[in-house]
Amino acid sequence: MALRTLGRQTWLWKLMSFALFFGAWEIAGRIPISLSFPTFIETFIAFVRMTFNGEFATAYLQTIQPLIIGVAISSVAGVGFGVLMGLWRTMEWFLVVIFIILYASPVAAIIPLVTYMYGIGLTSKVIAVVIMALPLIVLNCYKGVRHTHPSLIEMVRSFQGSRWQEIRLIILPNASSLIFAGLRLGIGAGFIGVVLAELLITPTGIGDLITYHRSVADYPEMFADITSIIALSAVSLTVLLKMEFLVRPETRKR
Amino acid sequence: MNQVAKNMTETKQDTIVEVDGIAMRYEGGVQALKGVDLKIPSGELTSFLGPSGCGKTTLLKIIAGLLTPTEGEVRIRGKKVTGPGPDRAFVFQDFALMPWATVQRNVEFGLELRGMPKDQRGEKAVKYIAEVGLAGFEKSYPHELSGGMRQRVGLARALAVDADILMMDEPFASVDEQTRRKFQEDMLDLLSKEKKTVIFVTHSIEEAVYVSDQVVLLSPRPGQVQRIIRTEIDRSKSPDEIRRDKNYLDYVDDIWAVLRTYL
Amino acid sequence: MKLNGKQIPIVYSLFLWAAIWELVGRYGGLAILPPLSAVFEAGVEMVPTDKFKSAMVVTLDAYFRGLAMAVAIGIPMGFLMGVSKTIDRLIGTWVNIFVSAPLTAVVPIFMVILGIGQATVIASVFLFAIWAIVLDTRAGVKHVNPSLPEMAHSFGASRWLIFYRIYLLAALPEVLAGIRLGLIRAVKGVVIGQLLVAITGIGELFELYSRNFLFDEFWALLLMVFAFAFATAEAVGLVEKRIEYYARTR
Ligand SMILES: Nc1ncnc2c1ncn2[C@@H]1O[C@H](COP(=O)(O)OP(=O)(O)O)[C@@H](O)[C@H]1O
Ligand SMILES: [Mg+2]
Repeated sequence: MALRTLGRQTWLWKLMSFALFFGAWEIAGRIPISLSFPTFIETFIAFVRMTFNGEFATAYLQTIQPLIIGVAISSVAGVGFGVLMGLWRTMEWFLVVIFIILYASPVAAIIPLVTYMYGIGLTSKVIAVVIMALPLIVLNCYKGVRHTHPSLIEMVRSFQGSRWQEIRLIILPNASSLIFAGLRLGIGAGFIGVVLAELLITPTGIGDLITYHRSVADYPEMFADITSIIALSAVSLTVLLKMEFLVRPETRKR
Repeated sequence: MNQVAKNMTETKQDTIVEVDGIAMRYEGGVQALKGVDLKIPSGELTSFLGPSGCGKTTLLKIIAGLLTPTEGEVRIRGKKVTGPGPDRAFVFQDFALMPWATVQRNVEFGLELRGMPKDQRGEKAVKYIAEVGLAGFEKSYPHELSGGMRQRVGLARALAVDADILMMDEPFASVDEQTRRKFQEDMLDLLSKEKKTVIFVTHSIEEAVYVSDQVVLLSPRPGQVQRIIRTEIDRSKSPDEIRRDKNYLDYVDDIWAVLRTYL
Repeated sequence: MKLNGKQIPIVYSLFLWAAIWELVGRYGGLAILPPLSAVFEAGVEMVPTDKFKSAMVVTLDAYFRGLAMAVAIGIPMGFLMGVSKTIDRLIGTWVNIFVSAPLTAVVPIFMVILGIGQATVIASVFLFAIWAIVLDTRAGVKHVNPSLPEMAHSFGASRWLIFYRIYLLAALPEVLAGIRLGLIRAVKGVVIGQLLVAITGIGELFELYSRNFLFDEFWALLLMVFAFAFATAEAVGLVEKRIEYYARTR
């Protein structure tokens, strides 16, 4: 929802908004507000250099893999659980409170425990992504399914539709917007999880690059690392938003 | 039910729907209907009229088979209703259109559920979209249409399944006055061609008298049949003439006299 | 779920889960998952210790300071975005990016600028909490019925009064919704900040317990943090319902 307003802005406004932010950054770096705060230009140069010398590529190869695996697992499991909870009261009774608690709680605190169980490899990162992303996806799907407009359901029944037709033709398409929003939230949370895991436990990927540049006081590089991960997440989420018409064709014309 | 009303329902026409001792108590304990008996003649337009909350929608949904009454039964051509059936089609007050589907697909939907092949149902849908006056809007989505147009889609969808009984729950309630009058006229036109039995819910006296052959007046909750009024109006006249017709105005006054006692 | 035809309240499922936890903890043979009863015992022992108390003080201090800053800056910011199209267009993009960005990655910036300590934790609480508050305040101001300020104007209210009385009061339900989200996100911010800083508050305790395999204590602390997060969110939710009741006439 929030990103949709972003999509409507004209490119000129967007350009100005970027110019304003980067300009303010440049000035803050020149003052400088802190000895460890690089200017925008220094950061930009570092960004370009690392893009072309393969440093980012190597790092992201390690970061993206658990992210994709984790998001895939969370999406399948999340949509599955969410939809089942929406359709089936017993399932709802068992699971909804658990997921609400997980949603409201700082599950990041479990990550140190995950390391104990699974070491510092890929598995731990995948789990970090899943525990952050799953509750969001589950709750959105659940909400979407549970809040189907009752008159649409009555409509299907009035035409003697079967329960399966009701689910396939009404409940799921109707929930698709919220399911989609859930996937976007889940991916956003997945990014948080993977970065946290890399900063905290497994010294690989972009998290490790940030830690390394910090430790050797290469601040422009460190800022470039951080900018790159934020940009990557913003771009993925925007692309996903643009693809909403795949599930809800009526939104294409808007 | 009083004797007069009973006599009035016994006409030459065959009865298609029989409502027999229906009572409805919702789970929360609300008694919506109590002892409703009613005969609905085939090929006519019957409307349910009553104050809001008196159980009109409940009664309609029971006849549609969407709700199970706590007492009594509904029979259609002598057969007990146990659920929705192909002989009945419903038009919803809030249209109940799928926002993600085009007008075409919405109108086809009843047929799609019955497993009719795509090209066949497409043809049928196009026909009924044209009949309700929406030709050219097949590829539009509901959110691009006005309230009146959306309800026409709902009507086309119900007509497309070719049920004998068409049930409408306040179809014009969320439509503005001008659109509403135009729609009422179009609907009467259309129904004179389609030869259907229509059950129509409204809370507007004028609308009830204008569109129906028989008006069923319901009492406040728990809803009971208060009176059944057959409206003998010369429908060959133009809509404006009908609205000035003496009989028409008398019926409106009569009904108002009953309804005002509920206030 | 029904029992003898009666609906069992949904929160009771927690007891069932607690029972499952207890059984798995006892007989499951998982070192990291001790039985719930042992966790409770550890919690009861832990609470009166000085270590725990001082960790709580440090954590709550960071939490409320960061949150207060987020509210104090977030509401005016959202307010400005709501009333001025230009401001909205200039900073809207960034607010929308940051609300769903992996802010974890920004915490190291605070570590180099503010040092490894309380200031960094406060800054991460602020950073996690503020964007939801900004966006919801903006939405609330945008939804203010335009006839409200007009009405006030026709009664001769000054611009200042219109702004503060009408807009803020009318936008209150959304502002509160934003604060509730902010509270939830602030808990995540304080935990993530402290985990990364690793030398203060409950972050230090988590680190200590997991490093020394004190799983009873680890889970006890985790449950307390979860309970705190959930309880604050619910508390604001209750206030929200109250306000919504008054705001329905908007
Ligand atoms: N699902 C329901 N559960 C409990 N009470 C209901 C339900 N639906 C309707 N009612 C109550 O039953 C009464 C009749 O409702 P309804 O048939 O919708 O009236 P009408 O259509 O005449 O306005 C109302 O008082 C309404 O509040
Ligand atoms: Mg009704």
